[in-house]
Amino acid sequence: MNLISSIYTMLNLDFMGYAFLAGTVVAIMAGLVGYFIILRNLVFATEALGHVTFTGALGAAVLGVDPVFGLFGATTLVAILIGMLGTKVRTNDVVVGTVLAWVLGLGALFLNIYTSQSSGANGTFGVKYLFGSLLGLQAREVQQIAIAGLGVIIVLLAIARPLLFASLDPDVAVVRGVPVGGLNVVFLILVALGLAASVPSVGSLLNSALLITPAAIAQRLVSRPFVALFLSAFLALTFTWLGLTIGFYTSYPISFIISTLAFITYVLVFTWQKLLG
Amino acid sequence: MSTDDVHLSWNVIFDIQQLFAYHFMQNAFSAGMLVALMAGVVGYFMVLRGQSFAGHTMSSVGFAGATGVSLLGWSPIFGLLLSCTVAAIGIGFLSDRRHQTAMGNGVAVGTIQTFFLGLGILFIQLSHSYTENIYAVLFGSVLGISDRDVELTIVTTVVTLAGVIAIARPLLFTSIDPDVADARGVPVRLLDYVFSILLGFTVAQSVQVVGVLLIFGLLVTPAAIAVQITASPYLAIGISILLALLFTCIGLSVAYFTPCPVGFLITGLAFGTYILVRLFKFGQIQLLK
Repeated sequence: MNLISSIYTMLNLDFMGYAFLAGTVVAIMAGLVGYFIILRNLVFATEALGHVTFTGALGAAVLGVDPVFGLFGATTLVAILIGMLGTKVRTNDVVVGTVLAWVLGLGALFLNIYTSQSSGANGTFGVKYLFGSLLGLQAREVQQIAIAGLGVIIVLLAIARPLLFASLDPDVAVVRGVPVGGLNVVFLILVALGLAASVPSVGSLLNSALLITPAAIAQRLVSRPFVALFLSAFLALTFTWLGLTIGFYTSYPISFIISTLAFITYVLVFTWQKLLG
Repeated sequence: MSTDDVHLSWNVIFDIQQLFAYHFMQNAFSAGMLVALMAGVVGYFMVLRGQSFAGHTMSSVGFAGATGVSLLGWSPIFGLLLSCTVAAIGIGFLSDRRHQTAMGNGVAVGTIQTFFLGLGILFIQLSHSYTENIYAVLFGSVLGISDRDVELTIVTTVVTLAGVIAIARPLLFTSIDPDVADARGVPVRLLDYVFSILLGFTVAQSVQVVGVLLIFGLLVTPAAIAVQITASPYLAIGISILLALLFTCIGLSVAYFTPCPVGFLITGLAFGTYILVRLFKFGQIQLLK
């Protein structure tokens, strides 16, 4: 069995090439953004934003607009709203939970309208947005993912230093003249764009998988911020590539393999550290 | 869910007769009220303990459980109970000791959630189930509640409520001040596990009525409103139950006469009320100034 030639064969297939390209961009982006999400205690807010993508996409479909607009538009809008509310509200899990519940209910309504509007063939539309499919990506979707993803990565790296400062010690950062409020909003918009961009590939239910677990592992392993930041991206990328490859040769769903790999790694790291005390 | 031969009229009594004319609606109301009762009680503690994320996660975990056991041909409720219990224990294990309440730990909750969602996706693929089945688990299917489901719901409601009542006082104590409770010898960690499992039980019941995605609305919003209205714990639990029952009944009734899904109506009503209460309180504070 020739490893190199089998990898070559795999990548030569159109849909696998697309999947690897999109997966790579999404993974690096998720790894980087995820590190800051955990640092800023925004895991639940991110989860809520992740579900806005579903409601947004279906809402646009009901109105007869391209779902992509709903996906990016609604998510960014909610992100700006969350960003404008104070830190106290943003990390208040009752407020986030209440809004999340409502967004999900709205999603149920849109789904209901959409499926009764259009005939049977479109019944899978909602499922596509809920679960995504890395292997079913169209060239156009890969393009969107690549553009949005690279944009998020570049902006995030550009603001990484002040953002880190503002995340670790907002009070001192304000005194030093760092625009903490502005950074908050910019960061949440980046999260929103990142979530929206990854929906076609991993779906709105699981688009936080790559965001949270790799970053959580990285934070457990190293304490130096920039090392942890890049380790998180590296781990997300590794899980994605392994997931795609295993998914190609077995028939298991790729998002299941990725989330399981990440979870097992997290549990191993956690247990190992617990045993060492 | 509206049936073609059902029309709303000005005769209220006739409307109510229509509402209960079909057996499935009687079942829907019985199951819905039981779920609301439990959600009102458990939701209050969930909100008090800042565990909304954990509650949301339980519903995602329940999705994996329900789809998993349907592969084996069992009733989804067993899968829900099993998966929620496993997840509760898993979150407790993965939390650091420095977090007093394990379920309040966002990272532990988030990692468990994504893992279970991944499992759910695997089970869906393995079962080759139709989209309708996925939607039924996610968003509930009121039409399909059998007599056996109602009986099961009665049993689990009694068990869950008995559990909550048994631990209510110490639970309230640890929820409000875990440090002092710990110092007084209250088993904080144990209560944490027990409550998480009760939370899981509550989510597990709800699958037929509102679905795993929307039970969360019934858990969090009525309790969030109650906490806004009163500071007294027992009064707040009462209000929370009352609101949950009210939203469920209105939601089910309106959904019967219109094509709106029940889950949307319940969460929409609850969210609207929450916003009104917040605005009212905001106005009060402004006036007092």
